[in-house]
Amino acid sequence: MDMKNDYEIILRMENMVKTFPGTVANRDVNLEVRKGEIHCLLGENGAGKTVLMSTLYGLFQPDSGQIIYKGEPVHFHSPKDAIQQNIGMVHQHFMLVPTMTVAENVILGQYEPWKVLNDMEQVSNKIREISEKFNLQIDPDAFVRDLSVGEQQRLELLKTLYHWVDLLILDEPTAVLTPQETEGLLRLLRELSEEGLTIIFITHKLEEVMQISDRVTVLRDGQDVATVNTADTSPEQLARLMVGRDVLMELPDRHGAVGDAVLSVKNLVVENERGLIAVDNLSFEVHEREVVGIAGVSGNGQTELALALAGLTPISSGEIYLDNQDATHVTPRQLSQNGFAHVPEDRHKMGIILPFTVSENFILHEFKDQPYAQHGLLKESIIEENSTRLVEKYDVRLASVDEPISSLSGGNQQKVVVARELNRNPRFLLVNQPTRGIDIGATEFVRQQILLQRDAGTAVLLISTELEEIFHLSDRILVMFEGKIVGEVPPDRGLIDEVGLMMAGKEVRV
Amino acid sequence: MESLPFFVMLPAILAATWRMATPLIYASIGELFTERTGVLNIGLEGIMLFGAFTAFAAVLFTDNLIIGIAAAILVGILLGLLFALFTVTIKANQIVVGVAFNLLGLGMTGFLFRALFVGTDNAVRTVPVLNIPVLSDLPIIGEIVFRQNLMVLATLILVPVASFLLYKVAFGLSVRSVGEHPKAADTVGIGVARTRYAGVIIGATLTAVAGAYLTIAHTNQFVEGITSGRGFIALAVVVFGRWRPKGVFWASILFGVFFALQLRLQAMPDLIIPYQALQMLPYVATIVALLSVRGKTHAPSALAVPYEP
Repeated sequence: MDMKNDYEIILRMENMVKTFPGTVANRDVNLEVRKGEIHCLLGENGAGKTVLMSTLYGLFQPDSGQIIYKGEPVHFHSPKDAIQQNIGMVHQHFMLVPTMTVAENVILGQYEPWKVLNDMEQVSNKIREISEKFNLQIDPDAFVRDLSVGEQQRLELLKTLYHWVDLLILDEPTAVLTPQETEGLLRLLRELSEEGLTIIFITHKLEEVMQISDRVTVLRDGQDVATVNTADTSPEQLARLMVGRDVLMELPDRHGAVGDAVLSVKNLVVENERGLIAVDNLSFEVHEREVVGIAGVSGNGQTELALALAGLTPISSGEIYLDNQDATHVTPRQLSQNGFAHVPEDRHKMGIILPFTVSENFILHEFKDQPYAQHGLLKESIIEENSTRLVEKYDVRLASVDEPISSLSGGNQQKVVVARELNRNPRFLLVNQPTRGIDIGATEFVRQQILLQRDAGTAVLLISTELEEIFHLSDRILVMFEGKIVGEVPPDRGLIDEVGLMMAGKEVRV
Repeated sequence: MESLPFFVMLPAILAATWRMATPLIYASIGELFTERTGVLNIGLEGIMLFGAFTAFAAVLFTDNLIIGIAAAILVGILLGLLFALFTVTIKANQIVVGVAFNLLGLGMTGFLFRALFVGTDNAVRTVPVLNIPVLSDLPIIGEIVFRQNLMVLATLILVPVASFLLYKVAFGLSVRSVGEHPKAADTVGIGVARTRYAGVIIGATLTAVAGAYLTIAHTNQFVEGITSGRGFIALAVVVFGRWRPKGVFWASILFGVFFALQLRLQAMPDLIIPYQALQMLPYVATIVALLSVRGKTHAPSALAVPYEP
């Protein structure tokens, strides 16, 4: 039964179409948002949620369609117009200038160019007021580059609340938050909603949708597939709507006992780009037939740890052993030759070479060796045969193995990386954010492959900021905070709260 | 002739330092604005030559200094618009465009000069020297400060104005954000392209004025290649001055010292070093300066990267 019969529609987006070269991001999308509700926009990566909201906010111009806001048709040519209409947006990737202060970032773009900045004192005071009111602690005079990720998130939110907003759009705001910080944010949003604020919340996380929204619109492949009352639906139904078919929620159990240690890390210390210690005296082991998951909010040393293990960044002190051989100061090539496989966290920068063909990307490790090359010349037929075989085995969807890999979707690109690494039957596999930015189908597949490889005897180290993924795949979970391992837990979902606290640096007894 | 003791020559050297630094100050403050918006303009040498030539020709024809400077400013604005068109709108490679501007400047000014002015008496009126009754006769300060021409003295206003614009006005905030994180600026409604056009035009205009200084203040005529690499030195000055107006001013003074010194040292007959080695001084200093600022630079993060919304 619909209790709210007297609702007012604050926003209507009709027949929105937006294309980019090569893809149709929004095809005929319709959205209706009621005043004062929390409305979730749910969909996989690439479904078109951010594009739709960016169009509303004036960042993009739609190819066609109508936007009716507060009863009037509107056309925002730039975010300035949207801001003037009291619409605020908190972006997925922080839109903050690191070299400027909090106060400067808040007023950025608000004044006419010739305005002299002689009221920064008042700005700072107003920021402190809002900080207090909404419990978003932040120092107006701090430089953004000195803020933690959580504080930067609060600043993004504060930027919108500094002005009066009637409609607040949040794009995947919990991506970088611990479970506790997420709780805090959701609580704040509920408060704001009770005060009359309308909220559109973009996410791909089903739990958040169920927790916070009044209604949810599901986008799939650029189209809106359904709008439902949250109270009338379930995670399974939503997942089915997101993907278009039943989704495999559980993964196969492990068989086979854990073996000897393959990777051994002792007292590892690694510095980050700025010369600060990112990995702080870390020690752990990964055994055959075991998946060790490293949980933690991004920015706590995981990136540096992965780079150090892969031989891509110098180590300040400590030792790494691969199969009992010293692997502390070896080159990536030597690691690769000794059974080390790596699925990096940024596939565009480190996993594939975008202008190269799919075939060429498959043989990035071995193009100089037999059988792919002889006397310095590439053997085309053998390379192609290899590609065809891998494409089939790893279900890579593409038009031809000779097309540049840039024309593949993110999920299929990741499958190529996974195929290339796993095909060599490695002793050790390092996977870093393996399902970031890819569709649900590819996500399932990649996770299955990780477990299959584990069963085949490989030692797997999984680094991921998605707690669900860590719990799904790991045999042991290590929590990383500020470069140290602050706790180890078994993958028992009853311990999620404890893990959340550890991710935030609190000492917890398990 | 006996060479004078060094400390007696000091005021003269300092005065010369400031005069030699002046074109660098104008050009580097201009380039500072350009680079702060994220655009790298290495075509300063060419733009400076255009400014030098235009001011010279204008004063030669009209005998009016105001028109001379105005002409240089106009040329600067036009060149700035052209550079921005190529780099901001068309998004061509900024280094390539800069090189093109340098070649164009050298070639066109050389060609026009030979076609129009060679063989004629080309001395023009120059920007007057300030002459305040009592102050100009003061012992040391008099020579360094109060006997300089107006364009040199104007640099004293240029630096605080640039600082004010960059740090105390909303426009400066836009400039800095566009150079560091253009996407963030875009999401709050700041026109990235518009701001970059402004930065490039400010830079080209000031650089053209720097060129004008050379022909209607520092000397009184145009010679082919009169800029002698000052456009390139200005680039090093911006780096050395860490993209800040005050830093850039003092870096220019430092290079001015090298220029002034090498001139003075050439006149000292008992020096064993060949004078060509001394002429190298400013340019070697440029290279050393650039090498010493490697590693963590304070360059705008989006420098030389065209912005795709």
